[in-house]
Amino acid sequence: MLLQIDWFIILEKFILIAVIVTTALVVAMYSTYAERKVAAFLQDRVGPNRAGPFGLLQPLADGVKLFMKEEIIPLTSSRSLFIMGPLLAMITATMTSAVIPWGWTIDIAGRQVPLQVADVNIGILYIFGVVSLGVYGIMIGGWASNNKFSLLAAIRGASQMISYELAMGLSLIAVLMLVGDLRMSAIVNHQVANGWNVIYQPLGFFIFLVCSLAECNRTPFDLPEAENELNFGYHQEYSSMKLGFYLFAEYINMFISGVVMATLFFGGYDIPFINEAALWGAQWWVGLIGFAVLMAKSFFFIFLFMWIRWTIPRFRFDQLMNLGWKGLLPLALANMLITAVVVLLLNK
Amino acid sequence: MQALTNRKKEVERKPMTLAEKLYLPAIFKGMGITFSHLFKKNPTIKYPEEKRPFPDVFRGLHILNRDEEGRERCTACGLCAVACPAEAITMEGAERQPGEEHLYREERYAAKYEINMLRCIFCGLCEEACPKDAVYLTKTFATANYDRKGFIYKKDDLLIPNPVTDPEGYEKAKGTFSNGAEKK
Repeated sequence: MLLQIDWFIILEKFILIAVIVTTALVVAMYSTYAERKVAAFLQDRVGPNRAGPFGLLQPLADGVKLFMKEEIIPLTSSRSLFIMGPLLAMITATMTSAVIPWGWTIDIAGRQVPLQVADVNIGILYIFGVVSLGVYGIMIGGWASNNKFSLLAAIRGASQMISYELAMGLSLIAVLMLVGDLRMSAIVNHQVANGWNVIYQPLGFFIFLVCSLAECNRTPFDLPEAENELNFGYHQEYSSMKLGFYLFAEYINMFISGVVMATLFFGGYDIPFINEAALWGAQWWVGLIGFAVLMAKSFFFIFLFMWIRWTIPRFRFDQLMNLGWKGLLPLALANMLITAVVVLLLNK
Repeated sequence: MQALTNRKKEVERKPMTLAEKLYLPAIFKGMGITFSHLFKKNPTIKYPEEKRPFPDVFRGLHILNRDEEGRERCTACGLCAVACPAEAITMEGAERQPGEEHLYREERYAAKYEINMLRCIFCGLCEEACPKDAVYLTKTFATANYDRKGFIYKKDDLLIPNPVTDPEGYEKAKGTFSNGAEKK
């Protein structure tokens, strides 16, 4: 009995994983295109418009270009670590998507199929763990390159991650106190029932947003790859698809952090003011609508990230540290304490 | 010390106020500005498809003119070569043989006529020097080639299409330059 495996569950999860990873990759691909288009529009330019209609085939052209480029591994680098760097970045970037609930549970031929790969009871901790692993891609890549600029970038990346993860975690604790559960699906369900977390935790959301900018190495916190000080940062020695992997991982991270923000603070796949479950029941297309809504929310965050990138200049490193330790950390602490007191008083 | 101009501005070294230290008001202002640019018309001209209109006096690549019957106007007098400050023009004259009257307008013609487009500075002095209305500067300007030799334009490259055999091409080429005489 113990070894009796429900084959449908394996099949169902397998399909789900394939779909989610593909979606993440495609979104990341087109984020590179969107980045260039958004940059262009914000600067009164046209952006890529040669490959295909509106330049829509540009990401494909870029991909082909990266694959065709000569692969150079510096002789003085540590070869195995050098190869491991981009792989780690890519793997950790895609791993996060496993615990995110992508839509309403749907009903296929009498089977309840949740649109979530793994509803583990430490969902948010898992995300946290994997995201912090992501810095190893940067650190190992920068270290193995045996180049002082790359090394500097790696050190910067590591210290930046450490300082911003704290504030991020603290802002999350406030959310967890509201919800009372670490499972991602429970967090979404709580928001469906009681309204979005961003209403109760505007400051928490803001801290989370700033910290995820730092975690994704996006401007104004893109110090690890500061082009004009460090040439290219940790991926300076990389070429061909290894470089591509680094850049790609950055965009996947952006997409995932958009999804995480939508899930934690903006009700995940919930449409505001509409009770989907009561209106339509557990139809298969309701699940898809939920998925589309979640995507729309995360696209908004991706746009926000790009919008910020093309507006704000980079912080200096001391400013970054000041903001992290003296600004965001006390703020997150205060936010956590106040939330704790309020929750305690209201639950009495 | 007296300032040289009245545009001198003292640099403010006051410590930042709280609002400035928060960065946020400035960031929102900046993001508002960039967002407004999303809806602005961009000034880009998508070049090969769209072209900027040129004024009539634009000086581009040369053309060797023909008369209405398709005869070459150039007599290889050399005035253009003399006028050329960049010494880009060379030519060799020849005498028209009986039976070639339909090819050349006068008794002398240019057997060889070359302009080195890499030397040419497109000043238009050749056009002004020409007594026979033979050389004009057109509005064509984009040249591309794989080697320097290709930039030395021969008579074949320069001659306008024959109005008798190819009236369409002739009219098209005619549209790329303005004949001063027509203007008057």
